[in-house]
Amino acid sequence: MTTRRDFIKGVSGGLLLYFHLPVRHADAQDAFTRPAALAANPALESWLKIRPDGIVEIATGKCELGQGIQTALAQIAAEELDVGFERIRILTVDTAHSPNESFTSGSLSVEMSGAAVRTVTAEARGILTELAAGRLGVDAGLLSVQDGAFLSNGVATRLDYWSLVEDISLTGEVSGRFPTKDPARYDLVGQPAQRLDIPPKIFGDTAYIHDMRLDGMLHARVVRPADRESKLNLPERLDDIAAMPGIVKIVRDGSFLAVVARREDQAVRAAQALAALCTWSDPGLLPDRASIGDWLRKAEADVKVVAERSDPDAGTATRNYQSHYNRPFQAHASISPSLAIAWRRGDSLTVWSHAQGMFPLRGAIAALVGLDENDIRCIHAQGAGCYGHNGADDAAADAALIAMHIEGVPVRLQWSRADEFLGEPFGSAMTTEIQAGLDRNGRIVHWRYDVWSGTHSSRPRGSGAAGNLLAARQIAKPLPVPPVSNIPQPSGGSDRNAVPLYSFPNQTITKHLVKNMPLRVSSLRALGAYANVFSIESFMDEIAQDLHADPIEFRIRHLSDARAIAVLEKLHSQMATAALIQNQPTAGVGIGFAKYKNLGAYCAVAMRLTVDPESSEIRLDRAIAVVDAGMIVNPNGIANQIEGGIIQSASWTLKEQVLFGERGVESRDWASYPILGFSEVPDIDVVLLQPPGAPAAGVGEAAQGPTAAAIANAVARATGKRIRDLPLTRSRLLAG
Amino acid sequence: MTVRFTLNNADVQLDVPGDTPLLYALRNDLGLNGPKFGCGLAQCGACTILVDGKAVQSCVLPLSGVDGRRVTTLEGLGTADKPHPLQRAVIELQAMQCGYCVSGIVMSAAALLADNPRPSDKEIRDALDRNLCRCGSHVRILRAVREAAAQATSGDPK
Ligand code: FES
Ligand code: FES
Repeated sequence: MTTRRDFIKGVSGGLLLYFHLPVRHADAQDAFTRPAALAANPALESWLKIRPDGIVEIATGKCELGQGIQTALAQIAAEELDVGFERIRILTVDTAHSPNESFTSGSLSVEMSGAAVRTVTAEARGILTELAAGRLGVDAGLLSVQDGAFLSNGVATRLDYWSLVEDISLTGEVSGRFPTKDPARYDLVGQPAQRLDIPPKIFGDTAYIHDMRLDGMLHARVVRPADRESKLNLPERLDDIAAMPGIVKIVRDGSFLAVVARREDQAVRAAQALAALCTWSDPGLLPDRASIGDWLRKAEADVKVVAERSDPDAGTATRNYQSHYNRPFQAHASISPSLAIAWRRGDSLTVWSHAQGMFPLRGAIAALVGLDENDIRCIHAQGAGCYGHNGADDAAADAALIAMHIEGVPVRLQWSRADEFLGEPFGSAMTTEIQAGLDRNGRIVHWRYDVWSGTHSSRPRGSGAAGNLLAARQIAKPLPVPPVSNIPQPSGGSDRNAVPLYSFPNQTITKHLVKNMPLRVSSLRALGAYANVFSIESFMDEIAQDLHADPIEFRIRHLSDARAIAVLEKLHSQMATAALIQNQPTAGVGIGFAKYKNLGAYCAVAMRLTVDPESSEIRLDRAIAVVDAGMIVNPNGIANQIEGGIIQSASWTLKEQVLFGERGVESRDWASYPILGFSEVPDIDVVLLQPPGAPAAGVGEAAQGPTAAAIANAVARATGKRIRDLPLTRSRLLAG
Repeated sequence: MTVRFTLNNADVQLDVPGDTPLLYALRNDLGLNGPKFGCGLAQCGACTILVDGKAVQSCVLPLSGVDGRRVTTLEGLGTADKPHPLQRAVIELQAMQCGYCVSGIVMSAAALLADNPRPSDKEIRDALDRNLCRCGSHVRILRAVREAAAQATSGDPK
């Protein structure tokens, strides 16, 4: 017999998706505290529908981004309801019927949406069980459920969910009076499950927004300048373009320009022809890319001390160190340029998008196109990985603007590769400066850290922030740009992980939030933590090297956090086992460490690489990561995310910088923005620690900073050259 | 112009301009999802298909270029009932995050394995170098290709 557990395990029994939830279960008689997502959307029917045909529909406000959220939520629902996993359908996020859960970001989806799904499914089960008990004239406590059918004292009854839901409506506010299952009785949650989204993707079924084909759908392309502030000059008459085959419309609103055609290839050709006719005003010169760090230091900024500590008895410094580090603008560079479909019928508009928040997007689009929010429906469809706030929202807004000029037919807008590079908000350039004073015993007693950066949060969060949309700056009546904001400590935005985990008796950490950045910026995976951890961990290594101290011992010397120490000690022993210690002439091993956000997972990375003495080319051989993400329910899932994080961070660190000149962005394709390829990725081992009793923490962003520092430190060991400017290119090594 | 070719073992004919990029013809005129648009510049490999068994980037190949030839896309490689060893290995090892790159990668790998059933690690990496993955799924994908090669050469029926 196939058990539910077998079903979920799927083909080779290989483990595929685990997840974990904070648990509230029922024996505790505590007052019902609604999971936050539920408090905002308390109606049972907005989350769940049990259909008479044996299917359970779960609506959620979180989008599937390839992270397996749908699979995880299906497991939770099946677990609480005691029905087969295959009966669960997770509906895509649709503002017409989904609960509003704002953005899907920050690695918190399963915990937040999952807690709500668990509570509502327990409620539905409870209501139906009471009903069944009444009908059968037995105590509800005697009833159990097997794949939706009620058993009384273990004996089959004639009642099941599917027939009962014909007589009762599962509606109204969730009371929370029904207990959720005791985790000790879980048989699905915590078990391996194959991700639901993988089979359709690997067989070419409909899986992505790209695969939607609506009747009569037209194809659009936009034409954009290299500098988002440029104004468009274009001849009034465009007869030659309008006469090209298949052209339906040329849409122009201020400096926003797009063309709509019957066929995609026709839209591409027309957009190229249009681009050739455009001239763009010069909005003023951009700063010099090579000295962007100096520019940041001089720019107008909000300055704030985010952490301070002082101990006059800590002793005086006898040795002083100072260094500064630079990070360039870096791109999300999703493997697919952004795409959206918009369809206007009279005064109502439907938009399909792969952005991370359908409700905030709806508000922003309403303000942009001048429709009432209630007349707009935004529906999520999967795109390629996004790694933060990329061009997805902007493409949806562009499609909406275009659709306002086309009545009754859906319009599909595909951004080109160059549109994505020119349009997406980048991860901000950053510069940091660190000063440290050491006492006679080689202990850091004074620490001063300054970080200059643009914002890492400029999402179009609803109508009030519609000015954050790319097109909002281009239309004839531009929308105001919302003031620059930064996520406060302890998570931090530009200052994420700027406060070291090390115990320095005297320290001052200051952030300088630059108000007007030369290029558009927003959240990119790990936000400021990437550059801050790179800086701190490079600096610690420089000092250790100068003192001839072991880099791991030197860090431990300044740590009091037992879990941090355990992670570093484990890394030390793993490196010894893998013989990753010896630095040969051209090979080097470096390490980097951080506790993400100082709140999340501990991650230490060792990287071994070789530097070709002739060409100065860096080759990554092997990475070891030791991770303590608290309670592990998900070893393979954690490993998968850490591997992906190490590879992406290695790519940022060795190769990536957005090129721009005085007149705008010059990175337009994969040749002008190269990323790491298959022949360049290292072998990776991930080791997980699990201290008893520690709650689970997200790991999606934990490896970004430590990997960057490990690479720079390894380069320094291999070559004796300390590169403080990212990326660590060959030319920097040759110059250094 | 009418272009005739074999698509996933079936004869097709298309009456659209011969200079239409093959990728658009496959996706928009023939309704296929396997080949993906990633750059349109022959730089990322998302659009990779097989033409007469060779891995080709369909975004820069004009439709007329496959007249009379044999085209295979992800859909023609295998199905849920009869998966290609590469498709099976990707599912078993859950070798993707967003998966957008994987169709093209699997096609490149399929061409490699057809040519060289026991590739070395370096040969696999070289063959996949024209395919980009932004999620960092490389290590798992490499494992899946090795696994598929091992299965295929151990006499697993195809
Ligand atoms: S889409 Fe063809 S290579 Fe990128
Ligand atoms: S899995 Fe997302 S690009 Fe490769």
